[in-house]
Amino acid sequence: MADNGVKSGPEPSERTTIGITFGNSNSSIAHLVDDKAEVIANEDGDRQIPTILSYVDGDEYYGQQAKNFLVRNPKNTVAYFRDFLGKEFKSIDPTHNHASAHPQESGETVAFTIQDKEGEDAAPSTLSVSEVATRYLRRLVGSASEYLGKKVTSAVITVPTNFTDKQKAALIAAAAAADLEVLQLISEPVAAVLAYDGRAETKIEDKIVVVADLGGTRSDVTVLASRGGMYTILATAHDYEFAGFALDKVLMDHFAKEFMKKNSGASDPRENARSLAKLRLEAEATKRALSLGTNASFSVESLADGLDFASTINRLRYETIARTVFEGLNRLVGSAVKKAGLDVLDVDEVILSGGTSHTPRIAANLRYLFPQNTRILAPSTEPTAINPSELQARGAALQASLIQDYEAEDIDQSTHAAVTTVPHVTNAIGVISLNEAGEETFAPIVPPETAVPARRTVHLSAPNGGDVLVKVVEGNTHIKVTKPEPKAKENGDSKAAKVEDADDSDEDDSDFDDDEEEEEEKREKVWKIGSTLAEAAVKDVKKGGKVEVSITVNSDLSIIVTAREVGGKGGVRGTLTSA
Amino acid sequence: MEASVLPFTLPSLPEGWEAENSFKAIGKTTQGGTTQRTLEPVGPYFLAHARRARHKRTFSEDDRIQAQERAKKVEDNDDSEISEPEDPMMLQRDAKDWKTQDHYKVLGLSRYRWKATEEQIKRAHRKKVLKHHPDKKAAAGRADDDNFFKCIQKATEVLLDPVKRRQFDSVDEEADVEPPTKKQLAKGNYYKLWAHVFKSEARFSKVHPVPSFGDENSTKEEVENFYNFWYNFDSWRSFEYLDEDVPDDNENRDQKRHMERKNANARKKKKAEDNARLRKLLDDCSAGDERIKRFRQEANAAKNKKRLEREAAEKKAAEEARLKKEAEEKAAKEAEEKAKAEREASKKAKEAAKNAVKKNKRVLRGSVKDANYFVEGDASAATIDAVLGDVELIQGKIDADELAALAGKLNGLTVPDKIKGVWKSEVERLVAAGKLKEGEAKTLGA
Ligand SMILES: Nc1ncnc2c1ncn2[C@@H]1O[C@H](COP(=O)(O)OP(=O)(O)OP(=O)(O)O)[C@@H](O)[C@H]1O
Repeated sequence: MADNGVKSGPEPSERTTIGITFGNSNSSIAHLVDDKAEVIANEDGDRQIPTILSYVDGDEYYGQQAKNFLVRNPKNTVAYFRDFLGKEFKSIDPTHNHASAHPQESGETVAFTIQDKEGEDAAPSTLSVSEVATRYLRRLVGSASEYLGKKVTSAVITVPTNFTDKQKAALIAAAAAADLEVLQLISEPVAAVLAYDGRAETKIEDKIVVVADLGGTRSDVTVLASRGGMYTILATAHDYEFAGFALDKVLMDHFAKEFMKKNSGASDPRENARSLAKLRLEAEATKRALSLGTNASFSVESLADGLDFASTINRLRYETIARTVFEGLNRLVGSAVKKAGLDVLDVDEVILSGGTSHTPRIAANLRYLFPQNTRILAPSTEPTAINPSELQARGAALQASLIQDYEAEDIDQSTHAAVTTVPHVTNAIGVISLNEAGEETFAPIVPPETAVPARRTVHLSAPNGGDVLVKVVEGNTHIKVTKPEPKAKENGDSKAAKVEDADDSDEDDSDFDDDEEEEEEKREKVWKIGSTLAEAAVKDVKKGGKVEVSITVNSDLSIIVTAREVGGKGGVRGTLTSA
Repeated sequence: MEASVLPFTLPSLPEGWEAENSFKAIGKTTQGGTTQRTLEPVGPYFLAHARRARHKRTFSEDDRIQAQERAKKVEDNDDSEISEPEDPMMLQRDAKDWKTQDHYKVLGLSRYRWKATEEQIKRAHRKKVLKHHPDKKAAAGRADDDNFFKCIQKATEVLLDPVKRRQFDSVDEEADVEPPTKKQLAKGNYYKLWAHVFKSEARFSKVHPVPSFGDENSTKEEVENFYNFWYNFDSWRSFEYLDEDVPDDNENRDQKRHMERKNANARKKKKAEDNARLRKLLDDCSAGDERIKRFRQEANAAKNKKRLEREAAEKKAAEEARLKKEAEEKAAKEAEEKAKAEREASKKAKEAAKNAVKKNKRVLRGSVKDANYFVEGDASAATIDAVLGDVELIQGKIDADELAALAGKLNGLTVPDKIKGVWKSEVERLVAAGKLKEGEAKTLGA
């Protein structure tokens, strides 16, 4: 990052750092207070600050104030632009800009033409998306500086996992133009994981984590292996259909229809830009209210044709009309797990991140998709869950505090691909243990997808004491499916019966479906013992004793095994050379 | 990481386990047992890793490029698969006619159709949005050009909704694979052609996996399995997509109900037709299936073989029985003949013995006559009677063998004293044996 042609930043000792999440819909700023990350409220009291700028009579507004101008001043309001950074016009999706300043082609990049100066006849300006980003970041950093009482100089900013190098470079340049040093760009889902792992009470353990980042204009699902506190992304899935705006639209359609039904002859509020903008703002507010309560009101003054409109909706109704979106999100999460070559049974933790993750139905659906012992970290399923809207900013703030004392050159070298690209083991390595039935089972010690070199130490029990065997083996999992007893087919199996039945097979079919859903197959993850790597003996263990086994896998896949009785002296140590 | 406590128990050391320093290296980790992946440069543990990895070393841009190339990619921004030329006629379509539009073609997924994954559909949609968004056209000075964009939205709406997509896939004729014609079949390739048909039909199956058509090497079980599956095909295909529009207003209640009933009947009819179509397909296919013929022939051959074997066995058994009977008859006959011969032999022997007895008796009587009844001169009739009476008495006391022995001793003797001597000793012997009382046969014993 030092060699991006950007002027060099401040000395480490002179930095004031924050974490920033910079979304298409909302942005947040966070800093560290006593080792705890905290999201900062801006001067409007907002912690989720809409990523919007609006110009009225030469005055610049940002955040919620700018968002409110979408009704009265859409042409001079710029929204949903983050994803356009570093992109050409032909490869952007202008869908969400329809109700505000429209993006246009401008040389290699995208620009917006707005009236940002005072005076009726002042010439409009054409602002490149980089310029818009710079102006917005300046306001964001300004709010943070005001809150902290000193000028913020540097930040860690989160970006989607599919941000290209070009987009990253554009963002760094836009920040630099706002006098902000980007210490590091980190992936949004990883920031969310760090926000959880950075809590003092979190114990670092090996786990497979799915981050469902459900925002306003996009949903991004990331499957990652968390191994010894280090994170490796195994798969990602992106979706631009099933996201917050789609839920807004469901409510907009619902209330627009209700409005027209109530006021026969009234025009469709969706056909008029201003009515549509009002409809959208209120629909979003109603949607948020439905995340907390089971009932929400919807009320807009002068929605269309000068008619006021007020109504209510309960959560059940909302969940019914929004079913398609909810189901789409569920499939998206499922597809990402599959893409990683994993099964839902492999997943230890699902982190719900992003504003839309407040929706209780989404968490409930995921609760149902994953097995019971998978933790679903969302406000409605886990009391200790962190506010999904704050995860990324908090993670960014934590990372910022970790690296704020590094020279820019050091950060660059440490995040270099030569450091980050390392071999990860495919199979697990563990020892043979006995289950209650006395059968040999695999006890994983180094799980698959662990970056090497890696070292893991475990304690295993030796209830009978005496001499015990530490047999080091490879292992991998497979999913065992137990099918329910096949049900006797009702339809006679003869050919003739089939044809005669054809007439009323419609009804038959639906019956059949219901029946089939009741009988679920049982799926479980089982470890399979692979090839034996080594054997070691720990002798004269006392009754009820524990044995400590430690396995170190070196980058050349050579393995060092040590085993000893906990509290005892001596022990075994052996090395297994690599193939 | 600190040591974690696992709820597992270690096995005891097997009897006789021995190793130097209590450690045995046995195997090696699986070949190619690692994947190059990219660690996220985030968090305290990564920074510790980076410190260890760098350890006073700096990396060059080359190292970066090389390392990046080695790393397994998790982001795939490649959507080249979805690129087919857009038919200019299609671009003119009116979104109102969405029912008749080919949703896959609109999204550029003609080649994939029902096989397109949800992710492919999303990516295809995105690609089309980027190209056809009306706001982009407006920016280029072409206002109100959103007809095709609406077609794209409609196509995506249908294809991303699993229920609607099935309804459309049910009537997606472009995905149909027509059964092979006689002419095509005449050129061979029977298996390939039909496999293609059933692969396409399999898209409607509620049950998965669908058994594959196989080829000439399929086993009888596989082929039977295939036809069983298909003759009992459980299809989700339905025909509501072809419904006629039902009036939306509340005024025309009756008409609405009428239309709904009409649609329901039409669906049923089409479903029945589809079932019949599939059955005909199967009948046609199985009629030409050489494997079925072959299995039938093989079954027949097997049956024939059994019959022949049975017949042969029966014949063999009959032959054996006949031979056995013959042997038994022969043995019986032989036994009978033998018995007869024996009977005759014994008869002869008896006769011979009788004759011998007669002859010996004659010898006995002759001897006393030769000895002139043990008197000088002519013997009186009384003497002759007495002697012959005693001879008779003795004859009655001895059996044939003693008789023969006695006759043997007497035979050839002419001297009366010698003859007398023989008789005398015979009488004495008989007296000694208690067969003759002292004083009996005094003419011979005196
Ligand atoms: N309490 C809530 N319940 C339901 N939805 C909410 C809630 N709070 C925020 N949202 C929705 O979350 C979305 C914004 O998500 P977020 O703040 O994560 O934005 P973002 O990361 O900028 O999203 P993107 O980049 O995808 O546009 C909006 O659609 C908003 O309506």
